[in-house]
This record gives sequence, structure tokens and C-alpha cells, in this order.
Amino acid sequence: MTVDDRFRQDYQDTVRDRPPGVRNEIITGPVSDWATDFSHAEPEWAADPYPIQDELRSRCPIARTERFGGGWLPTRYEDVASIAYDTERFSSRAIIMSNFRPPKEAAPVGGSPPISSDPPFHHHARKLLLPAFTKSAVTQREEATRAFCHRLIDALEGKEVVDAARDYAQHIPMRVIADMLGFPPEDGPRFRVFIENLLEGINLPPEERTARVESLYDYLLDQIRDHVERPRDDLTTYLVDAELGGQKLHPSHVAGTMALLLIAGIDTTWSAIGASLWHLARTPADRERLVADPGLLPTAMEEFLRAYAPVTMARLVREDMRWQGVDMKADDWILLSFPAANRDPAQFDRAGEVVIDREVNRHAAFGLGIHRCVGSHLARMELRVALEVWLERFPVFGLADPAAVTWATGQVRGPRTLPLRIG
Amino acid sequence: MKVKIDSERCHGHGRCYDLAPGLFTDDDEGYGQVAGDGSVPPESERAARLAVANCPERAIEIL
Ligand code: HEM
Repeated sequence: MTVDDRFRQDYQDTVRDRPPGVRNEIITGPVSDWATDFSHAEPEWAADPYPIQDELRSRCPIARTERFGGGWLPTRYEDVASIAYDTERFSSRAIIMSNFRPPKEAAPVGGSPPISSDPPFHHHARKLLLPAFTKSAVTQREEATRAFCHRLIDALEGKEVVDAARDYAQHIPMRVIADMLGFPPEDGPRFRVFIENLLEGINLPPEERTARVESLYDYLLDQIRDHVERPRDDLTTYLVDAELGGQKLHPSHVAGTMALLLIAGIDTTWSAIGASLWHLARTPADRERLVADPGLLPTAMEEFLRAYAPVTMARLVREDMRWQGVDMKADDWILLSFPAANRDPAQFDRAGEVVIDREVNRHAAFGLGIHRCVGSHLARMELRVALEVWLERFPVFGLADPAAVTWATGQVRGPRTLPLRIG
Repeated sequence: MKVKIDSERCHGHGRCYDLAPGLFTDDDEGYGQVAGDGSVPPESERAARLAVANCPERAIEIL
């Protein structure tokens, strides 16, 4: 019997020999001018980023900040698309705009392949994942997902006011990805803590941030070791056994990809389900139309993804250059806002309106180019089933208290508290 | 009418095989493929146009 000793070490030991990255001063507090001092970590942005983005698009259109060690925010569809396609000049070595830049040597693999990878490595890391996430693969999970949604609603039935974000939306992707990775379903509450730490804790002191990242990796290593001992038919065992170029994956690749699936799989879809329900709660005409004509849901869902795109990415500028009229420096951040691109009037008719039967909809909620969301087919299945079941069981609902709705800050945006009055 | 996918541009969003399942299929990595020789029967012309209008990568062409 061979023992897989790649995962014997602690995470801290696995990464000990890596060159350190670069930290910058942490700047927080109210934004003075969005065109020169933007921040996606402030409450004003979390509450409603669209007017800010719309104004920048007509005024700038590429905003600047000295926060986070310096960065840029393009707001036109055309610029966002050019950057997503240009992996030569814009690197994915870091994709969370924070106060830390990983060392140059981290490219082209990065900490969580394939999202943190650049070509040519990216292609291979991505190829490993694609077969598990095709439309036909995820269709096999539809029945179980639907049954799970019904169980969540069973538990809410009879209540006058329910929190659709906390008691419904968040649980659906948690359960689906826990099943796919082969993690204990009761660990859901821990996943939520990992997500908040990574995506919303960007302005925390570095020691605290590091400690929080380590707790995620310690958890993943426990799961990996358990799978090494008792292999199962799930994504964790698949990644432990996977090979690239005839070699087993580096332990940090296995753990990094699992971290990616856990984080990217939950927060994003939870946000998309929540934002769609929020829209329907405050737009009775759209809600009534979908209840009367459920066949329109797939089209409406794409419009919710366009208008409330939950995910913003980041890139690092590779070399000093002049780009679209601004002087970019090596290692400047780009906050790559697919949400801003999706509301550009140069690309979409009635860009600022939610048109649930929109026929032409080339939105970029799942990205553009080589990093197109690997989980998009899964996310679409979850979103459709979650909305179908909700509308079937609770056809009449509205916002219980608009002021009580809270939104996540940072690069993944969606409701985190969403009290709805049922009936 | 005929449809064609530019495989350099396609990144597997799957809008074509969602919206026009008779005209497009997915391969085992999720990239779009034209079903058969790409001929579009008259009753599927609307579906073909929808697929073109919803491909984020503008990878589908009508010939
Ligand atoms: C509505 C839900 C979701 C949205 C809006 C979304 C959005 C995105 C976006 C915009 C990217 C592109 C990143 C870039 O350009 O750097 C991406 C990448 C990715 N997403 Fe999602 N995502 C969602 C759900 C999921 C789910 C459910 C999973 C898997 C369980 C997932 C896994 C991934 C992975 C693995 C990548 C990296 C792909 C690559 O770099 O090649 N996502 N996602």
C-alpha cells in the first residue's frame, strides 16, 4: 500500500519557503471623490454601487485610488472586456483587491488555480475541473437540489416574516458544494465564516487576515487527509488523485482549488438568489408575471444576473504602460467590475432598467475569456431551481422592512439580511 | 440558414445549447458545438438568432 504523504505537513509548513509578498498601508474611511479615491470596501458602495459606477462611466471613465497600494476602476463594458481578454498585460496572480500583493514568483500558478493562474498553466488547471461542471453533469444534481429547497421552505412555512438571504439563499449553494466536495453538510456555518474572512475582511490587520486564511487551510487539509484514508466518489478524491503532465498535483494546488470551489461556489450563488428575490419583492409586476408564466424564468434570471451581477474580479498590471489614456504602473490593481460593464448603455439598451423579457443579453456576469466561470452551469441550475421553488411555494411576498436589508461589501455583492413578508 | 461557432472565441458559457438545444450541443468540457452540419430549419431560425444575441463572446455566426 502506498501512503500519500503530500498532505502530512501543516499548511504553514507547505507555504513557509515561499517568497513574501508586498503589503501596503491600510486606508479606510469615507471616500472623498469616487474618481480619485474609490473603495469597494466602504458602506456607501455596498449599499448601492450603481449610481457611483454610472456617474464614473460618464465622467472618467477609468477611476483611480491610492488605497490598496494603488489601483484603477474601469467602468465601460469595452474596457472591462479588453482587460479580461488581455492576459498578457493583466495578470490574475491576485484576484482579490486588498492590501497584499503576492510575490511575482507566484505566477503563473497562484494560490487558487485556475482563478489565480495565467497562461499557459491556467489552461491545464482549468481543464481538470471542466468535466465535473458541464451542464449534463450538473443536471444530475437538480432533483436533490429541488428537494433540498422544498425542505428549506417547509421549515419556514407559517412564518409571517422570513429572512430569505439567511434562511434560504445561503443554504442552497452550501449544501450543493459540500456534497460535491464530500464535506460534512453540517459544516455549513463554518464555510460562512471562511467566506466572510476572505472576501469581506480585506482591510483587517495582516496578522489577523493570515490567521483567518490559515484556519480555512487547516480545515481543508483535515478534509483532504480524511479522503486520502477513505477515498470517495467526489471532487476532493478526484483532486487528490489528479495528475498534470504525469505528476500528482502539488498539495497547495489541491488545497487552493478546493478553497476556490468552496468560496466561489457559495457566496456568489447565494448573492444571485438573494438579489433576484430582493428585486421580485420590490417589483410586484415582475413577480406576478413570473408566477403566471414560469416559462419566462430562464430569461428573467439572465436579466437578474446582468443587472445585479454579484461578482467583481481583480487583476494586477504586469508592466508600466499607458492604457486608454491613463498611466498604469506595474502592480497597480485593476478592479474588474463585471457589474459596471453590465450596466453600460453603450452595450445594453435600457441598461439601468430590469427588463425581465430582455431578448438580447450578452451580459458578463460569469466573466469573459479564458476565466469564464467554471461553475456557471451549476450556478444557473441552482438559481433557477431556487427561484422556481420559492415562487411555487410563496407566490406573494414583499419587503418587510426595506431599511433592514443589508448587502455584503467587497467583490461579491448580494443581500446578507433580507426580511420578506410572506402572503 | 446555417450556424457556425468560432471555437477560438467560445469559452463554454453554454447560452447556445441552452437557448437552441436542437442546433447546438456541448462537448465533454462544456464548449459549444454545432449539431450536425449546422443547417437551420425554418422553424428554428428564431432560436438561432436568440443564441447569437445571447453569446457573451460573440462566437456564433449565422451564414
Ligand atoms: C451566480 C453565481 C456565480 C457568479 C456570478 C460567478 C462569477 C464568476 C466570474 C465573473 C468568474 C471569472 C473570474 C475572472 O475573470 O477572473 C468566475 C470564475 C470561476 N468560478 Fe464562478 N461564479 C458563480 C458561481 C460559481 C460556482 C457555483 C462555482 C463552483 C462551484 C464557481 C467556480 C468558479 C471557478 C472555479 C472559477 C475560475 C475559472 C477560471 O479561472 O478558469 N463559480 N466566476
